[in-house]
Amino acid sequence: MLEIQEVSKSYDGHQALSQVSLSIKQGAIFGLLGPNGAGKTSLIRIINQIIAPDAGQIWLNQERLQAKHIAQIGYLPEERGLYPKMQVAEQLVYLGRLKGLDKSTAQKRVKEGLEKFELSAWQNKTIEELSKGMAQKVQFLATTLHQPSLLIFDEPFTGFDPVNTNLIKAEIRKLRQAGATVIFSTHRMESVEEICDSIALIHQSKKILEGDIQEVKQRFSQGILRFVTREPISALPAHFEKVNEQQKTGEIITWLKPIGSGASVPQALQNISSQYGLVAFAEELPSLNEIFINQVQHG
Amino acid sequence: MGKIGLIVKREFSTRVRKKTFIILTILGPILSAAVFVVPAYIATLPGDEKMITVLDESLLMDFDKGNEEIKLRYLPPQKFNLEQARAFSEKEQDYAFLHVPRSSGGDPDWLARNIKVYRAGDLSMGVQSYLEKRLEKYLQNEKLKASGVSPEIVARTKTQVNLRTINTKEGTETENATFLKMGIGYVAAFLIYMFVFLYGSQVMRGVIEEKTNRIVEVMVSSVKPLELMTGKILGIALVALLQFTIWVGFGALLYFLSVSVFLGDALDPEKIAAGAQSASSSRALDIFKSLSTINFPLLLGVFLFYFVVGYLLYASLFAGLASVVDKESDAGQFTFPVSLPLILAIIVLFRAVDDPNGALAFWFSLVPFTSPVIMLARIPFGVPGWELVLSMSLLLLTFVGGLWVAAKIYRTGILMYGKKPKFTELFKWLRHKTT
Repeated sequence: MLEIQEVSKSYDGHQALSQVSLSIKQGAIFGLLGPNGAGKTSLIRIINQIIAPDAGQIWLNQERLQAKHIAQIGYLPEERGLYPKMQVAEQLVYLGRLKGLDKSTAQKRVKEGLEKFELSAWQNKTIEELSKGMAQKVQFLATTLHQPSLLIFDEPFTGFDPVNTNLIKAEIRKLRQAGATVIFSTHRMESVEEICDSIALIHQSKKILEGDIQEVKQRFSQGILRFVTREPISALPAHFEKVNEQQKTGEIITWLKPIGSGASVPQALQNISSQYGLVAFAEELPSLNEIFINQVQHG
Repeated sequence: MGKIGLIVKREFSTRVRKKTFIILTILGPILSAAVFVVPAYIATLPGDEKMITVLDESLLMDFDKGNEEIKLRYLPPQKFNLEQARAFSEKEQDYAFLHVPRSSGGDPDWLARNIKVYRAGDLSMGVQSYLEKRLEKYLQNEKLKASGVSPEIVARTKTQVNLRTINTKEGTETENATFLKMGIGYVAAFLIYMFVFLYGSQVMRGVIEEKTNRIVEVMVSSVKPLELMTGKILGIALVALLQFTIWVGFGALLYFLSVSVFLGDALDPEKIAAGAQSASSSRALDIFKSLSTINFPLLLGVFLFYFVVGYLLYASLFAGLASVVDKESDAGQFTFPVSLPLILAIIVLFRAVDDPNGALAFWFSLVPFTSPVIMLARIPFGVPGWELVLSMSLLLLTFVGGLWVAAKIYRTGILMYGKKPKFTELFKWLRHKTT
């Protein structure tokens, strides 16, 4: 769907992006991760044709990115806002038409959208008369009104209240079901883990990690196993060391890490199961946050 | 409708729907007329009547009764001495008391030094100058009499000169035309200055508003920064033109109304032929005649050109520079250097209307940043065609260059938050790659 090839961008001697390549599949919810100042916003602005890359190419649906693609992209920038003195419906129609909708289509979709978000009663109010939560819904509507095939959200949940956050998460899933591809740019990992299929990590202008979330987690797995037992594991299985232990009412959680190549997981499982009353067992995968911090600090 | 068209429409319609626009458009001409009319009207209002008692021991003032405001009453010198007269005046609560002493040997100069006014408090300027003028006149008469000249002869020989000017280029007698041309040049130049500043700063405010409301990035993901900037500048230009048209319409209406009211009779050809003109209507006719020597279609055409292009030049520079700041209060630092030529033009304007073909006026009407104001000041006096064409071409070229510079700064500036760049950094932005 979206192919980013060797894109570089610098401003007055500061390198914002260096040779970043990414591939985003049709219908994916893609997390673009990285600390503040890593270059995420620059990349997003390049995809939106707000700024031009110094080098590299971008392809959208097998076509070189060009002006006409603006109508296929919906962008919710981190720095977002609306005209405070303009009426809700009028403003949405205006923004929709700037994205290439004709007047009657824009009006129809605005009407439907306002109904969906229960804002119909407010359509003739100015933005400054709305509550912050309502303005956020209007902003989201403005981003999706032209039914873009590629949606880009830059730090979408900052400034959104929890009710709207959930509403918008649900809307994003709906949009994906309808065939849209979604890019999320954020430094907040919890929402990424919940909603994204695949991610890329950008740090200091370079892409340092890319892939499917499960695959990335496996890649960074240290093989730590989590056992929940009735009795404390007093004798560790051969070639395992204890990483951590937690006591709960009637249950004990123990994390074990294999040492060297001699460790056998089935063997350990059998031992613990027969001796200590095994309740549950799982491989402990690292959280994206851990991978993120690990990569940013040591990567 | 193209995207620029949509932006123009929004900028235009949101502004003309504002109450402030409607009020300013209607009240503008009324207020500016009031600035001229009200002080003039107030000046004509009669003040409170001021009674002044006079003890004229030399019988100098010929029992002058004063005027509508200042009344003079005389006490017989054979019945009152100075103390008694002052006491009388105080008792009557007069405005003031004037004492003309008995002349010693009929010397007017001695008298001039010894006439006194008494008043509890300060004497008003008007009363003082009135009394001085009257006394000067009577004393002058005394001197003339002493030299054996009758005041009647002096009155008869008094002559007034009204120099009639013939403009050899236009070949017509253009009475009062210089004064009128100065007036028209001044008003036209000042209008341009005012509109450029008024609407240029609206562009500036609009750009900063879009930035502080954080809508600008939403916008530039739909339209090119240049389209956004151009749409805003053109939309506001239309607002300015609409307002200007309404004002000119008002003005034209007033002009024709006053022409038909004051000159209706005078313009009647039969009456002109019959020579049935009063002195005042003949003067009005002269003014009307000299107005008709000015090439109004040219003036209007040139005005519109300099108005539009001058506005476009300054508005695009204001837009570019406004884009680098987050707050309106920070904008001055960047826009002040750009507005300097305009302020300079207003200073030069006074010289330019006085000497429209002088070197100062010539150069300032060619320099693109001052030409919109100064050329307009020169136009009513006639400007050689080549100068006009050169000045217009220079202005157009500068506008194109200015737009290019402004667009480059704008596209980078609107996405910058927090840090206020230095002027030197703005030059670096000119080299940024664009989409």
